[in-house]
Amino acid sequence: MANIAGRVFRVVGPVVEIEEVSTLRMLDMVEVGDEHLVGEVVRLKGDRASLQVYEDTTSIKAGDPVYSEGYPLCVELGPGLIGKIYDGIQRPLEAIQEKEGIFIKRGVHVAALDRNKKWHFLPVKKENTDLKQGEFLGEVAENALIKHKIMAHPIVKGKLKWIAEEGEYSLSEKIAVVEKDGQDIDVFMHHRWPVRKPRPYLERETVSEPLITGQRVIDTLFPIAKGGCVAVPGGFGTGKTVVQHQLAKWSNADVVVFVGCGERGNEMTDVLLNFSKLIDPRTGRALSERTIFIANTSNMPVAAREASIYTGITLAEYYRDMGYNVALMADSTSRWAEALRELSGRLEEMPLEEGFPAYLPSRLAEFYERAGKVKTLNKVNGSITIIASISPQGGDFSEPVTSHTKRFVRCFWALDRDLANARHYPSISWIDSYSEYLDDIKEWWHKNIDENWLKLRYEIMELLQKEQRLLQVVKLVGPDVLPQTQRLILEICSIFKNTFLQQSAFDKVDTYSSARKQFLMLKIILMFFHKSEELVKKGINVSEIRETPIYKEIMRMKLTYSESDIEKLAKLPERIDEALAELSV
Amino acid sequence: MKEYNLREYLGLDEIVGPVFVIRNIHNVGYNELVDVVDKDGKVRLGIVIEAGKGYAIVEVLGGTGGLALKSSKVRFKEEPLMVGVSEDVLGRVFDGLGNPLDGMSKPLYEDYVDVNGFAINPTARDYPKNIIETGISSIDVMNTLIRGQKLPIFSGSGLPHDLIATQIARQAHVKKESFCVIFVAMGVKYDTAKFFIKSFEDSGVLERVTMFLSLADSPSIERLLTPKLALSCAEFLAFKKNMHVLVIMTDMSNYCEALRELSTIRGEIPARKGYPGYLYSDLASLYERAGMIKGINGSITQLPVLTMPNDDITHPIPDLTGYITEGQIVLERGMYSRGIYPPIAGLPSLSRLMKDNIGEGLTREDHPALASQLFACYAKVKDIRALASIIGEEELSPLDNLYLKFGDDFEKKFLTQGYYENRSLEQGLDLGWQVLSVLPADELVRIREEMIDKYYKKT
Repeated sequence: MANIAGRVFRVVGPVVEIEEVSTLRMLDMVEVGDEHLVGEVVRLKGDRASLQVYEDTTSIKAGDPVYSEGYPLCVELGPGLIGKIYDGIQRPLEAIQEKEGIFIKRGVHVAALDRNKKWHFLPVKKENTDLKQGEFLGEVAENALIKHKIMAHPIVKGKLKWIAEEGEYSLSEKIAVVEKDGQDIDVFMHHRWPVRKPRPYLERETVSEPLITGQRVIDTLFPIAKGGCVAVPGGFGTGKTVVQHQLAKWSNADVVVFVGCGERGNEMTDVLLNFSKLIDPRTGRALSERTIFIANTSNMPVAAREASIYTGITLAEYYRDMGYNVALMADSTSRWAEALRELSGRLEEMPLEEGFPAYLPSRLAEFYERAGKVKTLNKVNGSITIIASISPQGGDFSEPVTSHTKRFVRCFWALDRDLANARHYPSISWIDSYSEYLDDIKEWWHKNIDENWLKLRYEIMELLQKEQRLLQVVKLVGPDVLPQTQRLILEICSIFKNTFLQQSAFDKVDTYSSARKQFLMLKIILMFFHKSEELVKKGINVSEIRETPIYKEIMRMKLTYSESDIEKLAKLPERIDEALAELSV
Repeated sequence: MKEYNLREYLGLDEIVGPVFVIRNIHNVGYNELVDVVDKDGKVRLGIVIEAGKGYAIVEVLGGTGGLALKSSKVRFKEEPLMVGVSEDVLGRVFDGLGNPLDGMSKPLYEDYVDVNGFAINPTARDYPKNIIETGISSIDVMNTLIRGQKLPIFSGSGLPHDLIATQIARQAHVKKESFCVIFVAMGVKYDTAKFFIKSFEDSGVLERVTMFLSLADSPSIERLLTPKLALSCAEFLAFKKNMHVLVIMTDMSNYCEALRELSTIRGEIPARKGYPGYLYSDLASLYERAGMIKGINGSITQLPVLTMPNDDITHPIPDLTGYITEGQIVLERGMYSRGIYPPIAGLPSLSRLMKDNIGEGLTREDHPALASQLFACYAKVKDIRALASIIGEEELSPLDNLYLKFGDDFEKKFLTQGYYENRSLEQGLDLGWQVLSVLPADELVRIREEMIDKYYKKT
């Protein structure tokens, strides 16, 4: 960083005002003072500019120099991202620990990607051909799972004059030369991209395939599509983070970007330790081999927290451009919105509801719009699914972040305090949650699992609604006055809640249910309902049905039948008939 | 502290509340320390909260009472606030700014550190493990405290949080390793402070306790510094001296009030209920200083105590605290008025880190299932009590009546314990089984059969 772009004029927390500014542009990245603290231009006025600084500004004083290279805040994109742990502005935390020890001091500068590591590069493009925008030049096996496609920066196109032969290269060696408008451009395996600018693609596609998460209440009742957005709001202690972790572990995305945005340090440690140990059943490799971590815990600088969401989505877009299905977990967007509010306050902007700036909804919209299924520049399909948790103040879903987010997402998993207090996990409320993706993805279920899927799903939802009304009666007069048919509904819903909706994240068998197992369980419970209904009409009591061994078997089926026993589970419906036949005699 | 040879300015330009503005000075650094000398030569500490070209806005830690515009002298010390740390702080009592209150001289400091600390690198953290026994069954059995955890007590005015805090400070221990307690009191009244000191002296544990007492009548801004001071000491003891440090901070509500007061004086835009938008980040900068580090034996465990204004758990202070801490222990007014001490509410209380640290090889094999069963049964008791209040106890089924009996036993025998009663974890677990034995074994669905055979009605 050579050029002095201005001098400090005033310091208030993370906001620094500078003067003698002539060349700076909005959102340019700057370095402040002798320690080169990283910051960004957020306001320009006359010869003055306001910066938001991503590090602690203690001891910065008026007159300190400010440097700029004239670039906006960028991330480095190239092989070596997977499995890494970055802070909100893509500084590698492991390397920082090696250099600085257990605490994060300021003014640390470490390259995001290792420049010395050699990668085995395999060219796929021939010399003396036209290189189109964003076209794949070659491939690098980033690890056993991820084939990393090497792309030039999307502005580079023209005649490919030279490309490196297959072999070992580091990121500091050029691998191609492209002639653009009579000038030769050197191409490396990595390039930089500004985080606040969406990466280009060819066109948007409509979503059609569900993201299978292995969580029954999600996949069956409130599914999310690959390329969709979902918000997960919940007060503290309702299990937001466990839901996020479960999805990061078990969802069938190719690449997961996990952004810990302003959350607990110990939780991040839990993720980091667990993901390197846990084996993904689909690939047989550690989960960390498909995950990028961004850790900006609540005590790390607030401006970097604001940036962490953009850093995360840019990395996600890069892997989407290679044709992968990427899932981005953001835990939690409320902390990001609060960072926005804090910075807005320091910039002395006009506050709106609860002190949030007026541009909160447009920032949220911009962020969620970067999700989606697209046809990439290379004409392959890729997608980004956003799973964003929200920590509403006081657990009140009418607060600004939750209510604005609801406008931009099509799927909503409301976490319920009462369910959590009753230790019913995941505490996703079947009354307040919704998914608008049902119609988009029903074809997938009907084709791959069973053509009755949507019908059964609506059937159980209807029962749950009925139960809700009946429970209000029970609260007032006790269950004994209800007729047997209604008691059966309560019984079936209780089975459904206990065996199907409740799912233990800490049980080896229960932690993941395949789509097939979910459907079978749903089918079994509904079948049991219909058979019992017939019996009840013949005068059999619900309590007698409860005593049958088949009842107990259904109650235990989620644990008895692991994924390898699924064929046995598929036979269970046949046995319901005969098991209940004894009663009707 | 270090010797200084610094420029001195005479005269201030403006004083508002605890803050003053000084102009026509050399450029000074943000967040650095300032000496303010009043007419009588008394020195107060200040911190630069806005550093501009040729001016600075300074917050005075001792309050601005008695400062005059013309006669005050200002020295900029050109470094952030550093605090002395040493092993010798154990057994001592300090005021909110670290000055001895016990009549002895300042301890010999081994090092000076930045009071704001630095964020622990997430990659350096180790996941909290091993329990701290508090000798209180409702915590040890139901909401186990883990080393490196931050577990707040949500209380209300008039509830016995001071008693519980001192009881924990007195009884807490870890097995076979060096352990100490740092007790931070913010904005407490003189008689409460006296009670704390006396309570530790009488029980003979003062030698492993360090106290920082910021009294209610000292300037509110002092309270903002006290926990940072204490946590800097804790970091030194834990990560340099390999000790297990339990930091008890009471009352965090007073800390947040002070923050709000200051924010208003600075003219900042308020978020909810007048609290500044950065309340979450500010609280996190304290709470996140708890934890363990890979390769280091020590740990910092935090037990912040806060009083919920109007017993409202959705108030910003408990709400934001709950979002940062790993669980919470909630005190219930109804229980306390029925004479139950400690009145730790069953259902809203939670220790998030408990699940990985109890059970076979860690505490006792039956611990996880027993805790879960007690939670479940007590939840049922609450439902049955609600139903009984509508239809009358006579209408309840025999099983429901057994549950009511269990509920009473649970509250009177298990939860209730004396202020001087130090129950071991084993005793607590046995007591848990004893109260469960009121119920038929069929009802204990969360406990495996082998466990039931081994423990049910055996104790």
